[in-house]
Amino acid sequence: MQSRNLNLAVGAFVLLGLLALLFMALQVSNLGTRGPGSTYELKAYFDNIGGLKPRAAVRSAGVVVGRVRQIQFDDQQYQALVLIDMDARYQFPKDTSAKILTSGLLGDNYVGLEPGGDTEMLKAADRIRMTQSAVVLENLISQFLYNKATEPSSSASSGRK
Amino acid sequence: MAVLTAVAALGQACVKLVQDLGSFALLLLGILRRSAAIWRRPRLIAAQVHFLGNHSLAIIVVAGLFVGLVLGLQGYYTLRRYGSEEALGLLVALALVRELGPVISALLFAGRAGTSLTAEIGLMKAGEQLAALETMAVDPIARVLGPRFYGGLIAVPLLATLFSAVGVLGGWLVGVVLIGVDPGAFWSQMSGGVDFWDDVVNGVIKSLVFGVAVTQIALMQGYGARPTPEGVARATTLTVVVGSLAVLGLDFVLTALMFGEL
Repeated sequence: MQSRNLNLAVGAFVLLGLLALLFMALQVSNLGTRGPGSTYELKAYFDNIGGLKPRAAVRSAGVVVGRVRQIQFDDQQYQALVLIDMDARYQFPKDTSAKILTSGLLGDNYVGLEPGGDTEMLKAADRIRMTQSAVVLENLISQFLYNKATEPSSSASSGRK
Repeated sequence: MAVLTAVAALGQACVKLVQDLGSFALLLLGILRRSAAIWRRPRLIAAQVHFLGNHSLAIIVVAGLFVGLVLGLQGYYTLRRYGSEEALGLLVALALVRELGPVISALLFAGRAGTSLTAEIGLMKAGEQLAALETMAVDPIARVLGPRFYGGLIAVPLLATLFSAVGVLGGWLVGVVLIGVDPGAFWSQMSGGVDFWDDVVNGVIKSLVFGVAVTQIALMQGYGARPTPEGVARATTLTVVVGSLAVLGLDFVLTALMFGEL
């Protein structure tokens, strides 16, 4: 009886620990939210990827449809090559365009896909032709200041109102 | 003359350090070499898991809960300044899974269970029970030290995982239930930012290393203690001091290796 109680207590302890691990795996980490294993790969060239990192989300209409697998620098074209693992459940037309967007004001970068109207679908290892780079804040500010400086009429028009 | 004495003291300290590391490795090797004989008596290991693990459960769960509660409160106050309270779940979970869970549970384990291991083995030695075992041709390393080592090895990762899980629930309690952070954002940011293999499994590996270090230090201090009341008292103190420092030092090395490039 003594040893049975001991085994029961030890078993309960180990079970509790494994349950905690299960909780960590499914609720706390991304193991539970990771999509099905079957994916297909797409390529996209960007002039500037900003702060995009491997494992960043690929979204279309706000829904996660894939993940960034790898980011390389192409020294022939001097562009960034982004390899994307797409969820095999979702197919996109050939003239889909890809943008690098930011979630929220200070959030992570992600790749946004906007489907086109082509009847043919993108296949594995295809390249997304139309891409738009990440918005770099410094460029945006300098552009804004440049526009301000070259448009003297804008201040006059606002003065009239 | 004083300079010579100082240099000699330095030399002695170095020799002592190398000797300690050597006896640490030899004892570890001795236990690992007898693994087959130790695992032939799983009942002894189960008894040690019960003694080291089950009896540490209360302190680990309570400490984990309070660490999670404090993390939730402090994290909320800082994150609110930047308007990103939703990241509270991510902050609490990453801090617990990567660092606080393994480290604090190993420190508590050293204080709660390591000391009792050292005192037990030290008193066995003082009472010449270990010598008696050897006289009866029973190997004390296989019969006494081995099951305790494997008991600690099994118990510490389980305790650390429990600590992290309870801590996350504590953070949830403060963040979502008390303060009112959106529960959907709390959990989705958490699961979006915590990777199972990179974060959770690395945390478990960390606690496994800490388990080996703390248990082994406790056993070595007890086994090497002078067989007097003062000797056992000194060994018990050293278990906590050396064990805690080893955990903190190892944590820095492991963090640099695991998360260094992030």
